[in-house]
Amino acid sequence: MEWFSQQMINGLALGSIYALIALGYTMVYGVLRFINFAHSDVLMLGAYAAFFIAPAIQPLIPLPSVTGAMLVTLISALICAGIGILIEFLAYRPLRSRPKLTVLITAIGVSLFIEFTCQHKAVFGADTKPFPQLLPATDFHLAGLVVGSNDLVVVLVTAVLLAGMWFIVQRTKVGTAMRAVSFNQQAAALMGVNINRIISFTFGLGSALAAVAGILYALKAPGIEPLMGVQPGVRAFIAAVLGGIGNLPGAALGGLLLGLLETFAGGISGLSSYRDGIAFAILILILLFKPAGLLGKATVEKV
Amino acid sequence: MKLEGSKRWLIAGIAIAVGVSLFSQQFNRYYLGIVIDCGISIILAVSLNLINGHTGQFSLGHAGFMAVGGYSAAKFTLVCSPLVPESMRPRFFLLALGRGGGIGPSKGGGVGNTTQRLKGDYLAIVTLGFGEIIRVVVQNMDSVGAASGLKGIPKFTTLGWTFALAAVTIYVVAALVNSTYGRGFIAVNDDEVAASSMGLNPVRYKVTAFVVGAFFAGIAGGLYAHHKQFLSPTGFDFLKSIDIVVMVILGGMGRTAGVIIAAVILTLLPEVLRQFADYRMIIYSLLIVGLMMARPQGLFTFGQRKKGAARI
Amino acid sequence: MNPRKRALHVIALLASALPGLTGCRGGGGDTILVGEFASLTGKEATFGISSHEGTLLAIEEINAAGGVLGKKLELKTEDDQSKAGEPANVVNKLISKDGVVAVLGEVASSRSLEAAPICQQNSIPMISPASTNPKVTETGDYIFRVCFIDPFQGTVMANFATNTLKAKKVAVFTDVKSDYSKGLAKFFKEGFTKAGGQIATELDFNGGDKDFKGQLTAIKSAAPDAVFVPGYYTDVALICIQAKQLGLNLPFFGGDGWESDTLVKIGGDAMEGHYFSTHYAADAASPKVTAFVGAYKKRYNGKVPDAMAALGYDSAKFLADGITRAGSTEGSKLRDALAATKEFEAVTGKMTINAQRDAVKSAVILQVKGGAFKFVETVSP
Repeated sequence: MEWFSQQMINGLALGSIYALIALGYTMVYGVLRFINFAHSDVLMLGAYAAFFIAPAIQPLIPLPSVTGAMLVTLISALICAGIGILIEFLAYRPLRSRPKLTVLITAIGVSLFIEFTCQHKAVFGADTKPFPQLLPATDFHLAGLVVGSNDLVVVLVTAVLLAGMWFIVQRTKVGTAMRAVSFNQQAAALMGVNINRIISFTFGLGSALAAVAGILYALKAPGIEPLMGVQPGVRAFIAAVLGGIGNLPGAALGGLLLGLLETFAGGISGLSSYRDGIAFAILILILLFKPAGLLGKATVEKV
Repeated sequence: MKLEGSKRWLIAGIAIAVGVSLFSQQFNRYYLGIVIDCGISIILAVSLNLINGHTGQFSLGHAGFMAVGGYSAAKFTLVCSPLVPESMRPRFFLLALGRGGGIGPSKGGGVGNTTQRLKGDYLAIVTLGFGEIIRVVVQNMDSVGAASGLKGIPKFTTLGWTFALAAVTIYVVAALVNSTYGRGFIAVNDDEVAASSMGLNPVRYKVTAFVVGAFFAGIAGGLYAHHKQFLSPTGFDFLKSIDIVVMVILGGMGRTAGVIIAAVILTLLPEVLRQFADYRMIIYSLLIVGLMMARPQGLFTFGQRKKGAARI
Repeated sequence: MNPRKRALHVIALLASALPGLTGCRGGGGDTILVGEFASLTGKEATFGISSHEGTLLAIEEINAAGGVLGKKLELKTEDDQSKAGEPANVVNKLISKDGVVAVLGEVASSRSLEAAPICQQNSIPMISPASTNPKVTETGDYIFRVCFIDPFQGTVMANFATNTLKAKKVAVFTDVKSDYSKGLAKFFKEGFTKAGGQIATELDFNGGDKDFKGQLTAIKSAAPDAVFVPGYYTDVALICIQAKQLGLNLPFFGGDGWESDTLVKIGGDAMEGHYFSTHYAADAASPKVTAFVGAYKKRYNGKVPDAMAALGYDSAKFLADGITRAGSTEGSKLRDALAATKEFEAVTGKMTINAQRDAVKSAVILQVKGGAFKFVETVSP
């Protein structure tokens, strides 16, 4: 039983990170109807941003500390929001009238570009760098279970951000505009919504979330390298589809489920080497049997 | 243009390939290897073109089919080769390739059937998923070397085999698409609903495209295996599929001639730019982005049909 | 347009075949061209960089002392980016385009395995500095190595676990993506069960993964005395960090894949007290080691050489020694000379090449203490 509970905790912590990343995917898909392949790379950029900012902050606010961590995360998130908006402006906006396939391929191109540029020794280099400890980490031992404080932070931060996103999307003017754009871009434009601004905002928001996810991920596995975003990115995307793409709570649910599945599968001898394959198998099954996802609504294609 | 004419070209192509191959011992091994690589790329690109270009199904898992073909053929050779006398070997190779190609269609059919209801983005992701699943399964199969790979494959691939098969691939795909039946592929690409209301079965076309494409990808995989003499699952990952997709895009989706040229260029380029190997992938990815922005119909369009990039 | 396509196809074929008609071979003149392939970038970059630095230092020393057979050695290095598929490409190029007389490389067994058949077919001697999987030299008689092999290393660690760690049950955590890891795990299990130990559980991970908590929790519930992780340093560091977080306070131990300063840079104090086997200790008392360490530090800004650097150095010196004894750089003569090497004084210990073209030499066991690697014991074959 202890093993089971420990795996639950591990799975939830991992799943929360996936949920955060999935939020970004799902928001962008909801508004623009396309998969931003470069999202996983923003995650990586967030982690690297923190890597470089942390020593700069050190003289002002010593690390590890809660305030220090928050400051580093905030700055990284802002930087990545900027990067996300820039990518959208340079690579996706000019292609807005083109077929979806063109944009998809462009997204792949942007993603590869970021990954390979960062691998170049003049930029970050392909080797793994040690990520600084931003938060004072302790472990809580309760009844034989070990809960790391970092894990708790991950779950907490994810919950707060999720609630925040939900609030923004459901209760604010900007959020309403986002939802309008996701329903029908042209009608929203006719209603006076500034499409460009809303799309930029969505990208910025999604990228900021990715940056936070990247930092949390790096806290968990303190070795960062330019390709670190690929694996969690793919898992998070599957999570978003699992929960229903375009659906915020769905993304969260999908993320948690996937994190749990992966953790349990990892603990079973003989199954652990198939983890990658299992994730994709889940994706295919979902798309076959319930393409709208667990919480999504099926849309009818008008002929 | 009579079928007669194109058949003549096919024979010519095979004859030239075999003829040049007879002199291949004189060639520098390194350069010969690159030329064979070009031939294999041509087969991959043309077979993917059928799926992506002509039929408009955006498949990101082509490397998976190549892997299946390559591993099957290699395993067949490794298991059966010791039993076959030296003189029989060349004919034997064809058998091995055939097996490789044969396994491909079953996977291709599977993928085709599964994806029939999916469009665009989802289709792309699912094919990516299939490609990855194939890679993971191979990575865990100890009988084919698992993660360490399959090594010691005899070098059966020659210039002759490669380009003869490339000629066959081109002929089959081109003839298929230009036939009455084959116009259906393009119809399904243009507008699935209209095509089905004209009496065509879109599912059958999509599945056929996948099956034929997978078959030739399997052949290419077999050639690759007996050329590099070493197979590793990581060599058939998402990036390899992207490599082939870029060839199809660069050549213009649906234009066989353009795709061939693109395949050759994109195989030669990394070797030519080896000093700049650092920057190769960076240039590559910029190329993709630039292409999509500036000329999504590809670099080698000859004004056949006025279309933009393939639609979903 | 079939005719047009066909024409283009034929043109493309002919155009790409033309360069093939030139059969040039580089090298010659008054230098001896030696090829090297290493993982200078990518996941195992520190291995490639270290072995390259060691090799380069050796070549420079040899040239400063007058070269070999009156000629200077010229080193041509290619990066295989730690990626499968690349070694085949670069080694083909080194042999067929550049015309090297011998190839030095690689550290990682899987990449050596990829290149070995090519060298063998071309009758070019290949010397691996640090690949420990036995299959590498099994490829053919032109393939050599200057390090010990995994059956030996596995037994060393198995005996270490039984005798020094006093462990009765050990969990084995293998990198399923690496030949080296799987091979070493297999030999460890054989040796350990022969010595009377029990394997508590066996789990896998994929090299490059970042989250191991699922597997580590399962290991924890199997309650072993120690955990054997025959993986590479990046993964091992993360594994130990997460193990510590889960409260797994057991000794972890592994093989020479741990040998890198990145291990402690990333792992930090989660690495304290753990053990691994490797080829040499920088703080060993032998004069040859001290001289090497001094020269290396001088050449590379005070950097302390690790085992890969020492082995890279040894592989180059070994090759030079072979060329001198053969009196020629011709493939079969060089091969015979290398195969006949006895009691060669390498930095990593005295070595003799056996019938399988492996080096028979000792292993050392190091422990992580205070963020540095400290010598524990030497184990002789």
